[in-house]
Amino acid sequence: MRHILSVLMENEPGALSRVVGLFSQRGYNIDTLNVAPTDDLTLSRLTLTTHGSDQVIEQITKHLNKLIDVIKVVDLIEGSHIERELMLVKVKANEAQRAEINHCIDIFRGQVVDVNVNAYTLQLVGSSDKLDAFLEAINYADILELVRSGVSGLARGEKILKV
Amino acid sequence: MELFSGGEIVVRALKDVGVKHIWGYPGGAALHIYDALFQQEDVQHILVRHEQGAVHAADGYSRATGDVGTVLVTSGPGATNAITGIATAYMDSIPMVVISGQVPRDKIGGDAFQETDMVGISRPIVKHSFLVMDASEIAGVIAKAFYIARTGRPGPVIVDIPKDVTAPHHRIPYEYPEKIKIRSYHPTTKGHGGQVKRAIKTLLAAKRPIIYSGGGVVLGDASPQLTELTRLLNIPITNTLMGLGAFPGTDPQFLGMLGMHGTVEANNAMHEADVILAVGARFDDRVTNTPSKFCPSAKIIHIDVDPTSISKIVTIDVPIVGDCGTILQQMIDQINDNKEILDQEALSQWWMQINEWREQYGIYTQPRHEPSAGDVIKPQDVIRSLYKVTGGDAWVTSDVGQHQMFAAQYYLFDKPRRWINSGGLGTMGFGLPAAMGVQLAYPSGIVACVTGEGSIQMCIQELSTCLQYGFPIKIISLNNQALGMVRQWQDMQYSGRYSSSLYEDSLPDFVKLTEAYGHVGMRVSNFDELDDKMSECFSLKDRLVFMDINVDRSEHVYPMHIAPNGSMRDMWLSKKERT
Repeated sequence: MRHILSVLMENEPGALSRVVGLFSQRGYNIDTLNVAPTDDLTLSRLTLTTHGSDQVIEQITKHLNKLIDVIKVVDLIEGSHIERELMLVKVKANEAQRAEINHCIDIFRGQVVDVNVNAYTLQLVGSSDKLDAFLEAINYADILELVRSGVSGLARGEKILKV
Repeated sequence: MELFSGGEIVVRALKDVGVKHIWGYPGGAALHIYDALFQQEDVQHILVRHEQGAVHAADGYSRATGDVGTVLVTSGPGATNAITGIATAYMDSIPMVVISGQVPRDKIGGDAFQETDMVGISRPIVKHSFLVMDASEIAGVIAKAFYIARTGRPGPVIVDIPKDVTAPHHRIPYEYPEKIKIRSYHPTTKGHGGQVKRAIKTLLAAKRPIIYSGGGVVLGDASPQLTELTRLLNIPITNTLMGLGAFPGTDPQFLGMLGMHGTVEANNAMHEADVILAVGARFDDRVTNTPSKFCPSAKIIHIDVDPTSISKIVTIDVPIVGDCGTILQQMIDQINDNKEILDQEALSQWWMQINEWREQYGIYTQPRHEPSAGDVIKPQDVIRSLYKVTGGDAWVTSDVGQHQMFAAQYYLFDKPRRWINSGGLGTMGFGLPAAMGVQLAYPSGIVACVTGEGSIQMCIQELSTCLQYGFPIKIISLNNQALGMVRQWQDMQYSGRYSSSLYEDSLPDFVKLTEAYGHVGMRVSNFDELDDKMSECFSLKDRLVFMDINVDRSEHVYPMHIAPNGSMRDMWLSKKERT
């Protein structure tokens, strides 16, 4: 099953490599990974998606907590939560294709963020499923380049991760 | 205000954290620190002959005393040579701080002379690591490194310091932190009250209980509590290779070691148990045999300071995270308060069953070898002789292989921190340098290094260190002219094809070699001279003695788990018999 692990950690050099190293060292999977400093610049918030049995996820969570730089770990899947991923897609878009693509990006509530004679760059934000669905919907288009941020998310309501 | 260089701060912080000895080897990037060491007397530096030896020696020192072992090496090859020792300490959770020199800050990443990314290459085998980028951070980082190394589940911590950070011309005030606070690090000590209650209830409901305790009890200095609880309830107990000595080896409640080369009575009792109390043990593959067949009818209670150890290999019914000693004491207090005991009739039947196994299979009750004069020496008899001559009261370090297993089986340790071996990583070459660490900690103690002619050659250069510092270690080398454990597996699984396990024509004359290093060498070839030579060896109190003992080449270590797909109780008893 897919899990979203949200990790609050020290914003220290080497901290990220410890997290990534843990996964490769113990044979766990990272499907997506997203990390940036928080409003408190001494802290980083890292979100990763992974999959595995309950036993594997429990071990991953415990191992993450064991890292000295890690302050808190939560699996967002365990409660109601908001998850978002940003995708930028550069597609071939000549006169004939533009209307169709415009229509599609509107339905998915995305935007065209760059235009040139032959290409559109599209921006889409949403759950990973929504991004997948969009790619499915424009499968007729010629994708030149694609970049996804990986998932980040927060628990709903007043639940927060803090020091 | 008095000002200090970075190098001086390193040494002063070591002193303030309580370090008396540091093992190491100098080199370019560490020279400022070495210069500071030269100019003081609080921290004694011991010069080894190879960095691996420094780390094993600090490790042995730590295992014998409980203090944090401390190492100083230079960058590049100094750092990489330390890696095997660091991995050894990591696998056995030994508290250690390794300070490594690094190339100057402005050269990092430029492939400078003797540059290696120490923090990077050591990452999977350390508890934590620091790269110190400013002299003002040194004291605080060293204080934190020692705190992290010795608290929670202990382990090695690296402090990598670029050369220019320790430079003599840059001088700053010295500030040692009064209190250490790490907001992301809070190891659990006390056991959860509800879980402790559940554990007691489960344990007291048992009809066939057993205690399975490991190295965590030794590391947590919880031997008194373990012994008290075990005796209070009259429960049989077995120890892992790392846990030997945590419960007295000569106590009738002790069933011997469990696992791959454990006793049949210990492994049978585990397999048949209805409740297992696991304390500071980690269900290692050398213990469990096939995990899916592990102890099918047992409810398992697991006390461990590291939550990741719980349900890692085997699913645990009652986990308790925290310090072993604290939790065992919580259990003792509650059992005493409630005056509850086990079902005594069931327990007495259980003991009858265990004693039957002991009668039938016990390696202690039934000596297999009845030697006659002039007979070839069985390796087991060397350990028996060592035990007799040292009165069972030596510190015994070992290398890795058959000799290690024979020592674990036949030397009965009554005290913790007496049996010092590389259990997790299984590092050949560990024994001699580890013995140096023990001897430094206990200068008048009897320290024996049980080894083989294979393992000893992996760190034999340390004989020179032993002469320089006068370590009167007794090296008991079981010479079977082959890599014995490899050979045993080749006998059992590869139809006796001894692929690269033989070297009998090229072995050195160990007696002459030892003499060349300035020590005493002795050779023993016949059984009838074994005890006398052993006594003579230990009578030379101030000298290092190397006993090159020619033992039976064909001997295998038994009992031995039948693998793969065997359970705890499936064991070879000899080359042909099995349980």
